[in-house]
Order: sequence, then C-alpha cells, then structure tokens
Amino acid sequence: MITNVEIIKPGLFTTIQDEGRFGFSKYGVPKSGAMDQVAFGFANLILGNAKNAACIEWTIQPPVLKFHDTTTIVLTGGETDAFLNDQKIEMYREIRVSKNDILKINFCRKGMYGYVGIKNGFLSEEVLHSRSFYKSITPRFRLAKNDKIPYQSSNNYTDHFSAISPPLFLENSNALEVYKGPEFDMLNDAQKSKMLDSVFTISNTINRMAIQLEEKITNTLPSIITSPVLPGTIQLTPSGSLIVLMRDCQTTGGYPRVLQLTETAINYIAQKRMKEKCSFRLIEF
Amino acid sequence: MKYKLQYKRYSERAILIEWPAKIDENTLHDLLFFKKSILSFYDKLIVEVISSYNSLLICYVSTIEDFYSSVLELKSLYSKSFEEARPESKLWEIPVCYAASLAQDLEVFAKDKSLTVEEIIRLHTAPLYTVYGIGFLPGFLYLGGLDNQLHSARKMTPSLHVKKGAVAIGGSQTGIYPVDSPGGWHVIGMCPLDFFNPKTKNCCFISPGDKIQFISIKEKEYNEIRTRVENNNYTPESVCL
Repeated sequence: MITNVEIIKPGLFTTIQDEGRFGFSKYGVPKSGAMDQVAFGFANLILGNAKNAACIEWTIQPPVLKFHDTTTIVLTGGETDAFLNDQKIEMYREIRVSKNDILKINFCRKGMYGYVGIKNGFLSEEVLHSRSFYKSITPRFRLAKNDKIPYQSSNNYTDHFSAISPPLFLENSNALEVYKGPEFDMLNDAQKSKMLDSVFTISNTINRMAIQLEEKITNTLPSIITSPVLPGTIQLTPSGSLIVLMRDCQTTGGYPRVLQLTETAINYIAQKRMKEKCSFRLIEF
Repeated sequence: MKYKLQYKRYSERAILIEWPAKIDENTLHDLLFFKKSILSFYDKLIVEVISSYNSLLICYVSTIEDFYSSVLELKSLYSKSFEEARPESKLWEIPVCYAASLAQDLEVFAKDKSLTVEEIIRLHTAPLYTVYGIGFLPGFLYLGGLDNQLHSARKMTPSLHVKKGAVAIGGSQTGIYPVDSPGGWHVIGMCPLDFFNPKTKNCCFISPGDKIQFISIKEKEYNEIRTRVENNNYTPESVCL
C-alpha cells in the first residue's frame, strides 16, 4: 500500500536524493544525487534496497517526520542523536516504524549531510530517470512543511542485527586524494606546491553546487574555452579562489580545472563544515 | 583533415579528448562526428558524452579498468570516421520580441553602444548563429556568431532574477536563458519558446551543430506563441541544412 511520510518541520535544506542523473549532461542537466554517496549507499545496503532507492537528505539541521504507516528506516551520514517518539534510536541500524510515529533528529554534531533511508525507497516524482531534487527539473527543489512523500508501507521487519560501524568518513579525511586536472600542468612550480603543500579552510560559501576554499593562489592562468566539468573538479578562478564543484554543478565551465578529487574524496569533502581544514594529496591513476 | 587530439584521464570514470584550443566550425563538426561514432559504438547505458567547443568528456558508468586500452579503442574509432561526412543539422527560426516592455536592458544597452534600438535589432537578427554546445543551465545554448558591434562587458552587478526566455548579450556571446536564473548579461529581448522541457523525449529541441536565426516579432505575436507553447501546440520552424 502506498502511504506517506509527512514533513512536520523541514529542517535547513532537506531534499530527496538518489545516485543522480546519468545520460542527460548533453542537455546541460547536472548529475545531482546524494552529496555523500557512501553514507547514502549504506542506508540502502542495510535495508536491502536497490542501490538507487531514494533517501531523504538533510543538511546540518534535520527535519521532523511523521510516518503514516508501518515501515523500516535507517539513519546514516552526519553524527547526531535521533529519537523515534522521544525514544533514542541508533544510526546505521534498521529501525521499525509504526503508524503515526514521529522521527526527530537533533542538530548535527559532526558532518554536514545525513540520510533517512526507507524500505524500498521514497517514491517522489521521477524525472529523467532520477528522483534527485533539482530546481527547474523536479517539481520541488526542497521539502517544505506539510509536504508528503509517498512510500510503500512494509510489514516484514526482520532485525538483522547488522553490525555496521559508522564509516570512516569523519576520521582522517583531511588529506583528500586528487588527480591532476586537465590544466594542472599550466601552473608554475610555486603554484603547484602551494596547491599540494598547504592546508585549506572550507569557507562559508558551501552548497550542493560547490564549496569555495578560503586561501587563495595567485592565478596567472588565462580563462579557458568553456569546457566540460564534473563533480569533484577543482577550478581556479581569476581572483585566485579554489572552487570545488559538487553534485549539483553545471556541466561546463570556463575556469582552469587544476585538480580532480577522487570519488571517495568528493564524499569526504561533502561532509566538511565551514572553518574545517583539508589538504590535497596528488595520486596517479 | 584529421586533428591531433589529446587524450587525458579526467577521473576514475571519465576520459577527456581535446582538440586544439580554438573556436571554429571545422573543429565543431569533427568533434560532433566523433561524438556520434562514440555514441553509436557504446551503449548509452555505458557512456555519456559531454561536448563543448573543443573537447569531449567521455563519462563511463563504472571505473575505467584499463585507460590505455580504452584510449586505443577511442583512437581507432576516430581514425575510422570520415571527415567528409557532416552530421545532419538544422536551421531554426527563433522568434524574439524586442519590445521595451519585455526587453528591460535594451534602451540602456543601445545608448551604451551609441546605436539605435532598431540598429541593435537589425544586428542581432542578421547572423546565422552556430550552436556550439549546451551547458551552464539545462537547455542553455552556447552560440557563436554575435556581431562585433554588439560585444559588451557583462553587468558589474548581476541581476538576481533573469526570467526564463530572456535573450541577452554578455561579452562576445548571446544566449537565451532557458530557466529563471541569476545572470550578468544584458537582456535585450524575450523569446516565447521553451528550450528545456524534461517532459519531452528530447529535453531540448536544438542540438549542437545546428544553427539558429532570431526573428523579430511584435508583443502580440509573442503572447500568442507563448500561449501555444504552454498548450504544447507550437512547433518551431526549421529547415535541414
């Protein structure tokens, strides 16, 4: 039976996300998808879902949710305390939910993004083979108070007592692995060593499109002819700022692409907050 | 002529192919032809290709196990494609209303350029613009061919809300905003057509390699076409090139 989860409080910026869109970049459509694909993937893994099943993604301040029928949920991602009808529940563990249960999640202690996975996934509108919210593509781009998101109710709860410890993304994730970007070799030695030997600070310009870093690098490179970019591409702007493109980034850009984060590093940096530090470690393919 | 291409590994799942850094139609045709042979060789579930002025980014669904053999495969595809064969392309007539009520920056823009509004319209509607690619926003066309006299630095302070359909000039480029967006270009007209519709099979009816020409229309006509577009009852005019 199709039932709904109701948004009692929307939180700071709460969306539906899955693995994102593949095959529509040619129309200029961003990839989108969960910011931390590892935490997102764990939610579906623990639930035994298809790996592209849609989850709720919250940002720092999680939503308050009311479930209109029985199901099983899992919480992953940013570290926090969560309560089902005021009773504390564990993260990374299947949680049984009954009709009219209220899920409250406290302000996130560590990390930026968290996930609420549900048995068989949330069934919001699918557009271009994905349920990931994006303005001008999906009818909504963030969840609001009183919104209802459909899901298939489920009674076959079996606690697997799965012993999954929280993944390592919050530990030792300061040295982010990068590949050379297409324009890396246009940099001089001083610029290269500054890029690879210094510690960078996450600025307050953070969203699903990009993360800007505070420290600047003297930029002597000209703009490039508008060229393709991907999530994880680090651009050097004319003012010397480094911009790390994230899941909702455009498909093309005109700034030199100096570094490319590994898939793992994209998930790491996604969970970093304003003022946190990171550095880049060059690796070969 | 075959170009000397550079193949670079871009990420775990992507390979970048670069043509010499130049914007011209010969490069575009060579690149689009190669793109077509890549897409017909590989299943669209395995790869997608992002194209721009002088590069193709080949994105694979899973990690590339062996970069060198993937590049060899691509190189052999390139050597087999014939330069003479040009991908089919179309010329589209794109209606634009340059009435003051819809073109918020047109008068100021004309004054800055020391031209009359009529001269701006004439210069903007004269060329056949080449569509080099789609990017920046869903359905945004990168167009080449803007008359030098209309080149103009972007606004010092970008507008927070540029309306969907706004026809604008920024630097040496002109374009149409396919969705509402902030933007720093000078808005000189409005186009009643939708350039991005995720509900249709081809989200965008124009493809890279096509050409477009702007046709000046009156406000009444703009409103009529807009109503028809909203009712899914309008097909843009085109001819095969």
